[in-house]
Amino acid sequence: MSQGVEVVGVYVRDQDEALAFYVEKIGFCVHTDVRNGAYRWLTVQHPDQPSFQLGLFKPGPPVLDATTAQAALELVAKGAMPPLVLVVDDCHATHAQLRARGVEFTQEPVKRFGSVDAGFRDPSGNGWKLIQVRQTQRQH
Amino acid sequence: MNQDPELLRRLLRAKDTMDAASHDDWPVRQLARVSGVSEAHFARSFKDAFGIPPHRYLLTRRIERAVALLRETDLAITDIAFQTGWNSLGTFGRTFRDVTGASPGAIRAREQAGPSEMATVPACFLRAADRPDLTIAVSEKRRQKTRRTLGPEATEVP
Repeated sequence: MSQGVEVVGVYVRDQDEALAFYVEKIGFCVHTDVRNGAYRWLTVQHPDQPSFQLGLFKPGPPVLDATTAQAALELVAKGAMPPLVLVVDDCHATHAQLRARGVEFTQEPVKRFGSVDAGFRDPSGNGWKLIQVRQTQRQH
Repeated sequence: MNQDPELLRRLLRAKDTMDAASHDDWPVRQLARVSGVSEAHFARSFKDAFGIPPHRYLLTRRIERAVALLRETDLAITDIAFQTGWNSLGTFGRTFRDVTGASPGAIRAREQAGPSEMATVPACFLRAADRPDLTIAVSEKRRQKTRRTLGPEATEVP
């Protein structure tokens, strides 16, 4: 595949903290981590998904002024950012594994409509749903 | 209204806690402890952060959950009332009508008759769309409704 979405970013309050969370707790790998002065381009990816990168960006100068950056961090901390979904083979197993690593779960696994979903947050406040792949994927 | 992101993150934890068990009562003391805020400051800080007092927020989650159970299950309305945190069917029915404008039975009939083209949206997000937008207290909503039915003040728009 040569065309498609390659990077989608989330705002984080601290890039070192976010890196530790997504790599050590969630199990992602680092794709790019480069700095230019105070600016740091940091992306991670799911080990099974080499064509997609999740950016972990800290809002701030020079890209955003300090007031705007503060507003962005407030929105993240309030859980006001858009939904993120991580698809897994076994929601209960992944939930148990991530919880043992200290991930903050906001919802225990719930079975509904032939699937199981749980919810967790990263340290900054970004909310994820952990959704189990349906046994029989819907036919379109 | 500027609030410290660290404080907001802790207030979000109280909100998440209510989300995880909206059928519980959640006294302010417990929520304040989750957020690491004093009891005296909690309700105000929460409202500043999320635009709604904590217990009204809890009410929106209970109604959202009740609507989901009405739509997705065949549970008796009494069971739904108790499962979503009410102690009496009467209070549930009255509050439900005040908030949604329709009785639980009517909502069930409407929801179950509706098309299910939303089936490709993850259920948890779909549910959130049913959360009532309670910008005023239920008691105030009730007063406004009474005033409207009484007549002369009917044109008054807050």
